[in-house]
Amino acid sequence: MLEVKDLHSYYGKSHILHGVHLNVRQGEIVSLLGRNGVGRSTTIKAIMGQVQSSGSVVFKGQELMGQKAYMIARKGLGIVPENRDIFPSLTVRQNLLLGMKGRKESGRWSMEDMYNLFPRLRERAEAPAGVMSGGEQQMLTLCRTLMGDPDLVMIDEPTEGLAPKIVDQVANLFDEIAKRGISILLVEQKLTIALRISQRVYVMGHGQIVFEGTPDDLRANEGVRKEWLEV
Amino acid sequence: MEFFLVTTLNSLSYGLLLFMLSSGLTLIFSMMGVLNFAHASFYMLGAYFAYQTSTYLGFWPALVIAPLAVAFLGALTERYGLRTVHRYGHVAELLFTFGLAYIIEEFVHLLWGRAPVEYKIPEILDFSAFSIFSTQYPAYRVFMMLMSVGMLACLYLVLTRTRIGLIIQASLTHPEMVEALGHNVPSVFMTVFAGGAALAGLAGVIGGNAFVTEPGMAASVGTIVFVVVVFGGMGSLAGAFIASLIIGAVQTFSVAFDYSLATLLTGLGVQLNTESAWYELWKVTIAQAAPVLPYILMVLMLIVRPKGLMGTREG
Repeated sequence: MLEVKDLHSYYGKSHILHGVHLNVRQGEIVSLLGRNGVGRSTTIKAIMGQVQSSGSVVFKGQELMGQKAYMIARKGLGIVPENRDIFPSLTVRQNLLLGMKGRKESGRWSMEDMYNLFPRLRERAEAPAGVMSGGEQQMLTLCRTLMGDPDLVMIDEPTEGLAPKIVDQVANLFDEIAKRGISILLVEQKLTIALRISQRVYVMGHGQIVFEGTPDDLRANEGVRKEWLEV
Repeated sequence: MEFFLVTTLNSLSYGLLLFMLSSGLTLIFSMMGVLNFAHASFYMLGAYFAYQTSTYLGFWPALVIAPLAVAFLGALTERYGLRTVHRYGHVAELLFTFGLAYIIEEFVHLLWGRAPVEYKIPEILDFSAFSIFSTQYPAYRVFMMLMSVGMLACLYLVLTRTRIGLIIQASLTHPEMVEALGHNVPSVFMTVFAGGAALAGLAGVIGGNAFVTEPGMAASVGTIVFVVVVFGGMGSLAGAFIASLIIGAVQTFSVAFDYSLATLLTGLGVQLNTESAWYELWKVTIAQAAPVLPYILMVLMLIVRPKGLMGTREG
């Protein structure tokens, strides 16, 4: 469904990604692991068309390289950034409305689904999103992207800094997403969640993929874990 | 009392007109991150387009056609000018709008000459709406206020109640995220720029005949609008609104006061005559100092509160 080949990315003059290759199949949960600063976030931003890049990104048979971010989003790719870019002055409900690409609810998710999954969002529906806690903002960011009905959603460190109870809620949401046939490309630093929910994992180091395999392969490979993951 | 009421109404109509200009300017500033030096030029173009149109078709069609024409020019400016210049950074954008202001001024010189043109208030509105004691209050001033209030109410409703308004609000602060959700942010920016230009154009249509339509009008109003935006806080619509009314009042009231520091000092019992030290300074009346008062206010604001009345970000 998503096929990335020889992806190079640049911030100004610095060369961040050196030929990344990866793929995600229909309905699959894939994790992109690695330490901070190895280029995981840059990879998903590059796929989304937000970073100056070269190489090939094919999604549902169409080349995305060189297209604008909003065109890529309309083709069915969604991104949930790490910095939780909520729109603070708009209400929770308005944030969700802006997740939708058209005026009407369509596709797999309705506002009601989101409120049922996260009752807290229903309670705060008319409050400005900026006053919510970090965990609530994280849920909102996820739900907002899902309202756009993506076929593949790329999520950057969704559980970073969240209370354990909310981490469980987020994990439930991932199950729900997978159940509806949506693929997930998850960027994570912590192995626990990634190994539990992913079908396959990639490990990144210095702007390249240094390992790919199943969670069991990674558990068995102490060398890779020591060199590229453990702090 | 009579003077006070009439001047209050005048300052209100002028303040609202200033807000039509400053609201567009501040929206465009939030979006681009730089001040649009050509903003007041759109105001001037609005007045001249309205003058030209009204000579053929009358005032009412001009009221619609002129702002639309200015909006179209605004859209072209954003699409083929600023968007190209944007990749070279803020300084380039600033210089671009600066140059554009000069080009528009020269263009006006060429087409309409250097003298004021005879852009008149439409006859149907050239009567007195009501009288305050002995003063007849002109209907056109009332019409100006109604137009401004109506237009600004529309702007407010569009920004807060419609989907495109929400997209604009979100794009002003988080353009990258809005685009990643599938919204065409470049076209949103073009719309905002065109909308801001249209508001300035409309202000020109209704202000050009109430005041005077001449090639210097952009420069004189432009500096005041910058004062308003800096005073109110860059990027804040509410701040721009309050600042517009304050600066409008300061400018309107001050020209009518003949008091000077000398009046005050004499009242306090100080003897002043032409031999006194600094006599010329004490004799300057508020009316004489009127043109400089807005700038003094701006400087004071920058000293006391650099981000302006309600600004959220550093200019």
